[in-house]
Amino acid sequence: MNHESVTSMFGTGAQGAAGKRETDHSPGAVVHSWITTVDHKRLGIMYILYAFLFLMIGGIEAMLIRLQLAVPDNHLVGPETFNRLFTMHGTTMIFLVAMPFVFGFGNYLIPLMIGARDLAFPRLNAFGFWLTVFGGFLLYYSVIGGEGMTGAGSAPDVGWFAYSPLTARAFSKGHSTDYWILGILVGGFGSIATAVNLLTSIVCLRCPGMTLMKMPLLAWLYLVVSGMVLLAISPLTAAQIMLLLDRYLGSHFFDVQAGGSAVLWMHFFWIFGHPEVYILVLPAFAFASEIIPVFSRKAIFGYPAMVAATVAIGFVSVSVWAHHMFAVGLSSTSNIFFAVSTMLVAVPTGIKIFNWIGTMWGGRIRYATPMLFSLGFLIQFLLAGLTGIMLSAAPFDWQLTDSYFVVAHFHYVIVGGIIFMIFAAIYYWFPKATGRMLSERLGRWHFALFLIGFHLTFDTMHVPGILGMPRRIYTYGADRGWGTLNFICTIGAVFQAAGILVFFFNLIRSLRCGRVAGNDPWDAWTLEWSTSSPPPEYNFSRVPRVNSRRPLWDLKHPDDPDSNYE
Amino acid sequence: MVLPIHNMQCETDHFSPQCARQLRPWPKERVIRFAGALSFAVGAAAQVAKAEVDTNSTSIFSPASAPAHLIVNLAHFVLLVTGGIFVVVLSLIIYAAIRFRHRPGEDESLEPAQVYGSDSIELAWTIVPLVIATILALTTARVIQQIQNPLRPAAAVDVQVVGHQFWWEVRYPKYGIVTANEIHVPVSDQASREPTFIDLRSADVVHSFWVPRLAGKLDLVPGHPNSLWIEPEKPGLYLGQCAEYCGTAHSLMLLRVYADTPAEFARWVANQKAEPVDDPSVAAGRRVFESYACINCHGIAGTSGDGHFGPDLTHLMSRDTLGAGAAANTADNLKAWIKDPGHLKPGVLMPAMNLSDDEIDALATYLATLK
Repeated sequence: MNHESVTSMFGTGAQGAAGKRETDHSPGAVVHSWITTVDHKRLGIMYILYAFLFLMIGGIEAMLIRLQLAVPDNHLVGPETFNRLFTMHGTTMIFLVAMPFVFGFGNYLIPLMIGARDLAFPRLNAFGFWLTVFGGFLLYYSVIGGEGMTGAGSAPDVGWFAYSPLTARAFSKGHSTDYWILGILVGGFGSIATAVNLLTSIVCLRCPGMTLMKMPLLAWLYLVVSGMVLLAISPLTAAQIMLLLDRYLGSHFFDVQAGGSAVLWMHFFWIFGHPEVYILVLPAFAFASEIIPVFSRKAIFGYPAMVAATVAIGFVSVSVWAHHMFAVGLSSTSNIFFAVSTMLVAVPTGIKIFNWIGTMWGGRIRYATPMLFSLGFLIQFLLAGLTGIMLSAAPFDWQLTDSYFVVAHFHYVIVGGIIFMIFAAIYYWFPKATGRMLSERLGRWHFALFLIGFHLTFDTMHVPGILGMPRRIYTYGADRGWGTLNFICTIGAVFQAAGILVFFFNLIRSLRCGRVAGNDPWDAWTLEWSTSSPPPEYNFSRVPRVNSRRPLWDLKHPDDPDSNYE
Repeated sequence: MVLPIHNMQCETDHFSPQCARQLRPWPKERVIRFAGALSFAVGAAAQVAKAEVDTNSTSIFSPASAPAHLIVNLAHFVLLVTGGIFVVVLSLIIYAAIRFRHRPGEDESLEPAQVYGSDSIELAWTIVPLVIATILALTTARVIQQIQNPLRPAAAVDVQVVGHQFWWEVRYPKYGIVTANEIHVPVSDQASREPTFIDLRSADVVHSFWVPRLAGKLDLVPGHPNSLWIEPEKPGLYLGQCAEYCGTAHSLMLLRVYADTPAEFARWVANQKAEPVDDPSVAAGRRVFESYACINCHGIAGTSGDGHFGPDLTHLMSRDTLGAGAAANTADNLKAWIKDPGHLKPGVLMPAMNLSDDEIDALATYLATLK
């Protein structure tokens, strides 16, 4: 069966619809239509473009940090600027890059993959997006409008987890900390709105035949992610409000001298902060669980176990937050509890890695760019997980935490795991969103440069941590023995930046003159590949009906459909 | 049934030379050469790191005190376990990635056999990690108990460390000593153990006490007193620094722990307890100290200065560094520090007092007598 007949089974009719509608193509009208849109696909694309914008800004901040640390006793930027750079780099990459990527892909893919015409609440969706945008610009407005610990016109300089009482007005007199609080507070409401929307859509809008256990794994992972966003962002929002009250209305939640508690802020922040790591990494798992099967030409290995592992990670990950606080001086009982719960997360995570290997086993793996990035992800996430186990051994953590080892560890998770899978996802779904293929040749250059840069920087970065280099210092003495290693890290950063530039060039060039993709360029199996590329506003002209987890496999193999085995 | 394969770059004509190049199997000698280069690089990096650290090592893998030894032993065990897992799983990934790659010329129309899972295999790779996690958890719990709930010998020395932006106040309640930034403790030998118990508090924001060769780090949190112990085996200087971001000058909040022989330690204690000599020849400098705002923040026993915002200067000359390790304690640095502390330590809270050069000279001469 060819894919025209696949298309006709589910119906698209994009071309037909376009012919009938009168559309205004003047620039003003196009901008207006994007700003006022409630279409999940357009909002998804805008989330991703927004993430690209801040990826560049956060990347420039990272480059400046690396240049400053490249050699000992460097004075390229002073401590004031350096402190702002790492605060803004962390805040930007988590809240303005990683989260928008997560929600962008969720927005774009969930309705298409569950056979729906949009999310459950399209206008809430637009509201959430514009709140996120407002939050990001509010944060960066601090560069003009704020004043931190030092000087006028500064960005926040309290660190991305902003430990109290450094954020109290006694220590941060100016308004930059307020912009930090408000930016995250506003963006947080946007995240909650989107999570409610995704959760409702996945529960209520699945097409006929798609029972929970017949959903694509991506939908399962986003279901858990959305639940975790509700659980995790709420305490963060509450903490930001408490901090604002402390700063301006004389409350004493975190004011130690008036009976408040500095440790309370840490608990609030990390009960957000650790689930947040899983909020970011579960979508990476989601992309891997779609991409690895398609390029291995095999069904996902152990679907029920993958679902169970996802739910288990969701539950366990809300009970591990204080492993960020082993050095705070909690009781030995608490430390043991959080060490044990953290080690337990390794079990469901391990199941996932093994099941991906099981999927590749016996397959016929095609190394197109999405699969190259997925393979990089698999190996790097393995290593990130293992350094995570080292950190979960609390006494070992007493040495490693707040050193460059932990910086290397979480960049291994976020860059080596999450960002690699985001690149894989962009190479994989770009043809669906734009109708054109990204260049494979440039994709391989992007992959090679980024891979080399990543390993130069972050493999090396573990070592200065072991040699006693704490994080967040703007410079270090030449006699400390950290110089050579830091220089290697900086060289790696240059390679990574070059890879990103190739990537952006690829995006722009392929958008104009990439090969036309067709509906189903990867010969894939989930519903989004049954409609046109790009899909029409209403996604499917007829609501699809499915019998298995791989509806397009069933159509392509009517003699031996998956529904016989599930 | 024939399946259409869409748009895969190489499938369109998989006999073209370009595709053959991309998909040719990896020659064995190339793999070996790569592995050789990799191990050389790792070895060279280790050499470089080693050569550099011999002078002022703060490596967590060269412990010199009981809790640091306990941590390193646990670390070796964890590294062994995680290293084993890494080798096994990485081999599986690489084997699958190479063995099951698409090869040119394979029958495109046939999909590989679809396997949906295997209960026995999946059960195995759930139970084995669970067992490993249990072993690691029990080992870790034991070391946590050993370090957090130690037995305290009667001879233990007590030190109080109070974190300030951006320096360390150091007190010895039993001896009535108040000093700053440089901690002297006795060496402990196995026959008569003399560990030091350090009480950690903060006067302002969160700091963290980290001397990697002596113990793991522990935070100084306002309103949340903590306690840490160290037990250095060999005399020497152990470097550390604040490991929790505490504001602008966080980078230069360094820490020095001197492990002294019992005789040296007794001598140091006696010197710290001694009243400073009142030397009339430096009265002009003392007058500068007492007539400016210096006394609001700094204390010197026997003078009107009894401030606590800054380090106590009664025995300033017994310390090797200025400004919590920002500069060596030399006559020139001392003058430069008084003239403009922010030049040596950007972000320091001590202001430049706009003293004249004569006043600075007199003050520095006076301070130089505070042995």
